[in-house]
Amino acid sequence: MLQGHQSWVFANRPVIRSVATVGGPYEAQGPVAEDFDLLHGDLWLGQDSFEKAGKKMMEEACEIAVQKAGLQKQDIQFFLAGDLLNQITPSSFAARTLAIPYLGLYGACSTSMESLALAALFVDSKSAQYVLAGTGSHNAAVEKQFRYPTEYGGQKPPTAQWTVTGAGVALVADKGEGPVITRATIGRIVDMGISDPFNMGAAMAPAAADTITAHFRDFDVDHQEYDLIATGDLGKVGYRICADLMQKHGVELPEVKYTDCGLLIYDMERQRDVLAGGSGCGCSATVTYGHILNRMKRGELNKVLIVATGALLSPLSFQQKESIPCIAHAVAIENVQ
Amino acid sequence: MSNKKKKKMTPVQQEYHDFSKVREPKRPVLRNCLWAFFVGGFICLVGQFIQDFFLWNFEFTEKTAGNPTVAVMVLLSTLLTGVGVYDHIAQHAGAGTAVPVTGFANSVASAAIEHRTEGYVLGVGGNMFKLAGSVIVFGTFAAFVVALVRTTLALLGGS
Repeated sequence: MLQGHQSWVFANRPVIRSVATVGGPYEAQGPVAEDFDLLHGDLWLGQDSFEKAGKKMMEEACEIAVQKAGLQKQDIQFFLAGDLLNQITPSSFAARTLAIPYLGLYGACSTSMESLALAALFVDSKSAQYVLAGTGSHNAAVEKQFRYPTEYGGQKPPTAQWTVTGAGVALVADKGEGPVITRATIGRIVDMGISDPFNMGAAMAPAAADTITAHFRDFDVDHQEYDLIATGDLGKVGYRICADLMQKHGVELPEVKYTDCGLLIYDMERQRDVLAGGSGCGCSATVTYGHILNRMKRGELNKVLIVATGALLSPLSFQQKESIPCIAHAVAIENVQ
Repeated sequence: MSNKKKKKMTPVQQEYHDFSKVREPKRPVLRNCLWAFFVGGFICLVGQFIQDFFLWNFEFTEKTAGNPTVAVMVLLSTLLTGVGVYDHIAQHAGAGTAVPVTGFANSVASAAIEHRTEGYVLGVGGNMFKLAGSVIVFGTFAAFVVALVRTTLALLGGS
């Protein structure tokens, strides 16, 4: 049901019945490695291309999620997924394997919450009983498409981020055990004129701030409503800017409560290669469905707001000197009391 | 950012640009320069050893020893790219690894490896010079302009 200008409240409280996260070798060395369901030591996953490896991760995540919920593939009505590659092939190819009615989404790195919000809407409106929502990214495949060849010796600036190799899937159902999805806020495009693809944090931070502010406004709440507010992949640079932007606009967002998935997934001291932090579709998906939901299960958190951020550029658009339009979608997840 | 670019932005965007700029870590220019200087210098030193090796052991003059030296440097760089080391050195060395011929070899080899999955003809063949192509185009064009100037001067001078 519509709430305010751009938010939905899910009165029937769709349940996240199960989740699954798959990660790559670099994520396996990170501080949240324990929270993954499956970790691969080989970046190729035994496939002959990185694109196929990305597809394979998505398939594995879907299979694990369905299995964990004690269901069969044919029980799932819809599969909502997207990723970063051209024509979202890993998602569509995974949908081919799964043979579940499928809607492909593209919201860059915000796809995780875009798909989760839509899945919740489907279930809440009784348009479906079980919906699988997922996304993923593969470091080498994404670098190849958006930047330079993996082995190319280019020097990255300290604002650059590291694309996560991983996939995260959530199975949303109308009833059952698990945390519930209560609210969602759909973001609008915010473009503050940043055109440097090596500075995604600064480009996406205003979109995150805009969506958080809109969410607070639509529901007439403030940060006290949530135990944790996590942005998707702003990294060190974007985190700082987003926190300061909120302060500048007079919306309180204390730093003890605010975190960023791009800072959680890697050890920022030990894994220096990631520079400003993690990014990519897999970043918010794996950290949310793995680390954050596990913390909720342990009772450390009861109510969280996940704000997945996406930069909607293409390799062509930045070469043609276009600025980067950015978006953020927020979804609130709660423990059932 | 250039002023021209900034003029295109709305006042809000300009304000945000200044707001975000102070919160971004700067490129460590001095440290990068030192790294580039020493790594670049080291690559040249290796090149010098190789050239001397050819001079001492074979019938090469200082002029003709250049070609085999470059070939060996390219081979070394391609090998380092293939085993996945070159990009890690380059993250620190920057221009130090990009400017010498080794950087050129790396750009060709890395693109060839990257596009191997699309096949030999359209993948490797078609993409190998994706990055290096512009160097060849503008290198050739610059050489042409220089040659043109030199020829004109020579004609005018009458010598």
